[in-house]
Parts: sequence; C-alpha cells; structure tokens
Amino acid sequence: MNEAQILAVVQNVFRDVFDVEDLIISNETNSEHIEDWDSLMHINLVVAIEKELKIKFNLLELQDLKNVGEMVKLIQDKLEK
Amino acid sequence: MEQITDGEGLLKYPFNPSTILRKKRAIKKQLIAKSGQAFLSKKIAILGGSTTFEIKEILELFLLRQGIQPSFYESEYNKYFEDVMFENPTLREFAPDIVYIHTTSQNLELKPTFGDTPESVQAKLADQFSKFESLWQKLRETYNCLIIQNNFELPANRSLGDLDFYEFRGQTNFIGQLNLKLAAAAQKDDFLMINDIHYLASWIGLERWHDSKIWYLYKYAMAFEAIPHLAHNLAKVIGSCFGKSSKCLVLDLDNTLWGGVIGDDGLAGIKIGHETAACEAHSALQSYVRELKSRGVILTVASKNDFENAKEGFSHPDTVLKYEDFAAFKANWNPKDENIRETALEINIGIDSMVFLDDNPAERELVQQQIPELQVPNIGSEISEFLTILDRSKFFEPTRLSADDFQRPLYYVDNLKRNELKSKFEDYGSFLKSLEMKAEIAAFSPLFLGRITQLVNKTNQFNLTTKRFTEPEIKNFAESPKAITLYGRLLDKFGDNGLVTVLLGEIIERDLHMTLWLMNCRVLKRDLELAMFDALIERARAKNLRCIFGRYSATAKNAMVSNFYEQLGFELVDRDPANSLWKYSIPETSSQRNKYIEVTSE
Repeated sequence: MNEAQILAVVQNVFRDVFDVEDLIISNETNSEHIEDWDSLMHINLVVAIEKELKIKFNLLELQDLKNVGEMVKLIQDKLEK
Repeated sequence: MEQITDGEGLLKYPFNPSTILRKKRAIKKQLIAKSGQAFLSKKIAILGGSTTFEIKEILELFLLRQGIQPSFYESEYNKYFEDVMFENPTLREFAPDIVYIHTTSQNLELKPTFGDTPESVQAKLADQFSKFESLWQKLRETYNCLIIQNNFELPANRSLGDLDFYEFRGQTNFIGQLNLKLAAAAQKDDFLMINDIHYLASWIGLERWHDSKIWYLYKYAMAFEAIPHLAHNLAKVIGSCFGKSSKCLVLDLDNTLWGGVIGDDGLAGIKIGHETAACEAHSALQSYVRELKSRGVILTVASKNDFENAKEGFSHPDTVLKYEDFAAFKANWNPKDENIRETALEINIGIDSMVFLDDNPAERELVQQQIPELQVPNIGSEISEFLTILDRSKFFEPTRLSADDFQRPLYYVDNLKRNELKSKFEDYGSFLKSLEMKAEIAAFSPLFLGRITQLVNKTNQFNLTTKRFTEPEIKNFAESPKAITLYGRLLDKFGDNGLVTVLLGEIIERDLHMTLWLMNCRVLKRDLELAMFDALIERARAKNLRCIFGRYSATAKNAMVSNFYEQLGFELVDRDPANSLWKYSIPETSSQRNKYIEVTSE
C-alpha cells in the first residue's frame, strides 16, 4: 500500500468515527483542525485503524503522533514489516 | 464511507464490536431518528473506578435500542468513592434513577500479599467488602435509587500460576470470595443488582477482555472490543429494571425444536433425544426453553404445518416440551406474521415483548419486515449455536424471581379453561358468577413491593398513565401519609391469578390525584376494576376527601382505557389530543359497583 492508499483508508476511518461523510484529511491534519478530535476520540481512531489494517501500534508510538502524516508513515512502516 | 442502513441491526447479538465502536455516531443518529417511538427518559449516574467515556457512549446506543433515552452523570476518573461519600450537589441535583458503579479488579486496594496469614486475608476481605457496602448504604440514604454494581473479573496474570486459585494468599482466590460476598449482599437487598463482569469476561475470554496497553495509556480497565459486550449486558440489566424484558417466546418447530420435517419424516423420523449429535442439540434447546418457561416466560408455537402433525411431534417419547406447555399453538399454512399477531391478541401481550425463534433465515427476514417491533434474533443455521445466541441475547433478563414468575405460565393455561367455560353461558354475568371470584384488595405492603414494581413497569395496555417507578419510589409512596395505595389480587375457582392490579393516588389538599391505575390484561372483563374503584372511594371517603382526579395519557398501546374514567362516571375537565383529565366528586354514600367478586382486605 502506498501513502495515498493508506491516507484514503485512514480518511474513511475518520469519516466513520466523526460521522462526517465528506471529511477530507491530509498529512497536515492534526487535532486542532477537527473539533471533536480529543484524547478520548483518539482511541476510537487508533482502535479502528488497527482493526481495519490488522496492525498493532506499540505503547510508545502512540504517545507522540503529531498529525495524520506521522500516523500514515507509521502505518506504512508496519505494513512493510 | 460506507453508509449504514440498519443501525439498530448492528446492535443485535451476535454483534461486531469493532463496527459498533467505529460507527457509534451514525448508529445513534439512526436510533434517535426512528420516528414514532416515545422514549422513556432515565437518569443514569456512572461512577467509575477507571475511564468510562466509551462505556457511556456505547451504553447509550443499547439503551436507545430498548426505547430508553438516558441522560448521564459521569464521575471524574476513579472518583466513584468520593463522589458518593462526600457532599455532591451536582449529583444530588441530577437525582439519578440508577447509579452504576463501574469498578473492576483494578480497584481492589486490599489484595493479599505473601506476608499475610489466613486471618489477615479475611480481615482484608472484610475491609474491601465494607468499602462497597458503605458506598451502597450512602447511595440509598442520599438518592434512594437503584444500584448496579460490577462484580470482579479474574486477573490477567497470576504469579502463583494455578496455585493462585486455591492458595489463601492467591488473588484469584480472593476475588472469588469477594464475589460471593457481593452475591450474598445483593440477594438480601432489592435495590442492589450485580453486573456480572466475572461471567462476561470469562465468556469473551480473558485474553480478549484484558488489554494492558489501553490501561496504561488511557486507564480503561478492559479492551475496547470488550466495551460493546459490557454495554449490551448492562443495558439489559437496566432495561429489566424498567420493564423492557421480553415475556413470550414464539417457536418454530421443524428444524428448530426438533430436527427434520414432521410432515415428511413422520414422528419416528424427527431428530430429538440422544441418538445422534443433532438429536442432542435439539433436546438441549428444548430443555433450555422449558427452563425459561418454568421461570415465567410464556411459550407459543408458530409453525407451517398441519395442526395434527405439529401436535404429534410433542408425543415423541424423547420430547422435553409437551403440547400443554404452550399458551398458543399456531400450526397452519398462514403467514407466520399473521399467526404471531393473532397470538399477541389472544394472550394479550405487546408484540414488542415477544421473541421469534426460527431456523429459516427467509422466514425470519419476512416476519421481521412485517413486524418491525418483534425481536427476531439471527440464530444462524447451526443448531448447536441457537441456544447460545438465544441465551446471550438476554431477551428475558429478570431482576428478581417473584412467586408470580413461577405461576405465570399456569395463568395462561387456566385462561384457556376459563374461555371454554365462558362459551357455555348465555349471559356474561352468570359466567362471572360461576367463576366464584375472590379478591384481596389492600394498601401496598413490604412483601409485595417487588411484584408491584414489576407490574407498574411491565403493564402497557390497561394503564391510564404509563408512569414507571423504581422499587425505592414505590416504597416511598407506600410509606407516605399523602398517598392512597391499593393492590388487587384475584382468585377464582380455576386458580390464583396473582397480584394483577395497582392503584396509586396522591393527596393534595382535599383531592386525590391518580398517579397510577393499571391492571394486567389476563384479568380483563372480570369486574376487578370496579372492585378496585369501590375500595378507592371507601378509602378516599375515610380520609374525608372531596374529589378524585384521573388522567388518561395516550400511548401507542393503551387505547383500551381511553374512556375508562368516563365509564366509571367521571366528568371531563380538560382534553387535548394526548391527554384527558377527569373528575369524580365523592358522594356521601354510594352503592357497590362490583357484584361478582367477594372482597377481603387481608
């Protein structure tokens, strides 16, 4: 999966979790841009992405994700392993 | 994004926890938009020993699905104890109907250590238990509400290995003893219910229940995937407190209660008993269904069959269920939804409190389309799974078992006999007379509070206001000098119908305002309501009251009593489309309206 494909999958997860049908995200999107993206809803995102792509994030990785781009990069690393 | 078309269906057991978690917002929108449904509003305080946000969110979905619209109070993280024990104006103002204490084994402060003696372990156990006991006591004193308490799940790790179970210093051993103490406390206390996460975690599997990552990061005491299971379980416990449990199980026969098709295979050919694996599975299902019946669930049949063939199936030497176990037996070639609607009318229960079990997916789908409010579990096509799915769906969740529960199926069988007798009389009065009815009519007494609460929360049709109350609230009315309370219990020559009617009026100055007037439909047209009215007038007169005000509030189900007060001789005071207010001036003397029932007040 390339970066664009992963971003599309992640975008779908965001749309479901925040229930916004036409939500568009980019690598620069962070929690400032989406009003409901707080630490509680963040878990829903993480859990849904893990399930969708059959990956597991590590404890340490999850603590300092700055934006969607970092998330996508992390996912790509995991999928390639 | 994938549009969901059936948010409600996603909550049906067996459900996919990931989908629920991911699409919770869309599901909620759909549930709320479902028009024509009047939600029952309830206030639920969640007091957590760990993070509860997601539990609240998913619990809301499962409650909405049961027709309950919750508002929530949520304690700060791990402040369940402080929130209760110290002055808490916010919670006081919130005035919860139910307090849910979401504690887990993470909240046990007094676990045994290797320095402990048997005596010091017992001391820890007593201390740990008394912490919860004092919590419940304080909740009762302050809020007079129902309490739902988690028991404790098994730990993820055991440094002692299997010895942890039987060594007196073992954590597993400690949790087992603590859970037994909770069970004993809840047995004695009608306001305390246990949410059995010990069972739930074991059922799902501790490997899937525990998630240390999510605990370290976010302080959730269980895996995210386990939360929908927890919420489903809890919603069923809460639903049962407010009369949302189902009452009747409608059963298909061929390939459901037995294997094979009786019309084709004949009595000797159907699979039931212990000969083969399939026989065993069908017998196990029958045994489970009989267990449901013996604790109060009404059984009926809806089968596409010739009646005689279908009936013959229950004469099989290995059948567990008998023809006499069913309160209605529809075996014909009409569409099943028609048969189920007829059954609902015959035995007088709401179709939304019926569950339909059928192995045929096409039949399930068709019936569900025709009767959206009917519960139709997707039991799949694997007979060994039917029982599991029926059980885990928790349709028939009881809060308590009352004497009435054990008697209920009998009432319905007796009703068949009464109907036979009725056809022999020319006029209705002589039929009523022949029943030799006796009623016990008296004020609410402690012994009957459980049954009265059950009736208040389950009765939909003969119910003037459809107001619901918890047992603590009913108890308050029973003890209040500003209320007149009456229950009625009816016996006749065929048997005891049990406690079947409840009245509650609140005194304001010199008038009585009827808060509740309801009656179980199995005693319709027996003049019991007249006997109750006689008793009500008598008690109101004794208190020197002038008028009785009665209100009718229309619901989807109580049209049968829309003119009830008029029939009793009340005058109309006010009316709008949904409500009418009626007034009755108490005369100095009046003659008894009830002619056929001998009344005692003991």
